[in-house]
Amino acid sequence: METDAELLARLRSGDEGAFMTMVSRYNGSLLRLARTYAPSDAVAEEAVQDTWMGVVRGMERFEGRSSFKTWLFHILMNRARSAGGREHRNLPIGDVEPAVDPARFDAGGAWAQPLGGWEADADDRLVAASWSSTLRDALGQLPQRQREVVILRDVEDLTGQDVCEVLGISEGNQRVLLHRGRSRLRSMLDAELAARGR
Amino acid sequence: MMRLLQRRHDLVCQQVVELVSDYLEDALSRSDRKRFEAHLRNCPNCTNYLEQMRATIRATGALQPDDLSPDALQEFTELYRQWSAEGPSGPPVGGD
Repeated sequence: METDAELLARLRSGDEGAFMTMVSRYNGSLLRLARTYAPSDAVAEEAVQDTWMGVVRGMERFEGRSSFKTWLFHILMNRARSAGGREHRNLPIGDVEPAVDPARFDAGGAWAQPLGGWEADADDRLVAASWSSTLRDALGQLPQRQREVVILRDVEDLTGQDVCEVLGISEGNQRVLLHRGRSRLRSMLDAELAARGR
Repeated sequence: MMRLLQRRHDLVCQQVVELVSDYLEDALSRSDRKRFEAHLRNCPNCTNYLEQMRATIRATGALQPDDLSPDALQEFTELYRQWSAEGPSGPPVGGD
């Protein structure tokens, strides 16, 4: 597969095919992120379209200090901020939200009931189609800021530092949001596994 | 006495589950990491919990975005031609 840097070099020389390959590669990822804050699909699609326009018009300014993908997310979120759709740099994160229901622990803070492992084949089953739809729903239920961080860090595999830069949040906030998001996803998957009789 | 002090610094399960992400992100201090791993060695429940979190993260990383429809791709072809004809004008998008 052609690397992003190779595609960008071709794009800079005016290669339309390179642009279409980029769009095919990243449009879905951009839309997924835009949907975390956009009030409708139409608004999300417009934001993503503007992001691509930003790429075509601003590609000479991209110096390769971050990855191309990170730069794309950066353009999208900058646009979201300047459009007022997403205005919450480092707001207080809110009340403490435990990773696990406190009722699951005894008075000493130990698990009240043994916690079983997911079966050995859980990984395969989790990534199978039925699990990815459960996880997609679960991700959709996360509060906006947790969802943004989980998408960028765990779905898109950006570094923690890049996530902070794209979202304009501190490292501490990023980790708290990531922890809460991941913990909720685990707990929703666990409930689903239990409901299906494991 | 030493043992009592030691006990007081041991983590309990309810604390361990709050440290899992920082552990996986390699963001714990050396001493917290040691306490965390010491707890895991003696706690099959928290070991299972950590594995569940790892499985969750792997499954999240495997989520694929929707493919672009041929119509949308066609629309982007036209937009690209329009944008490149206009040149690098319009609002600045910033560097990286």
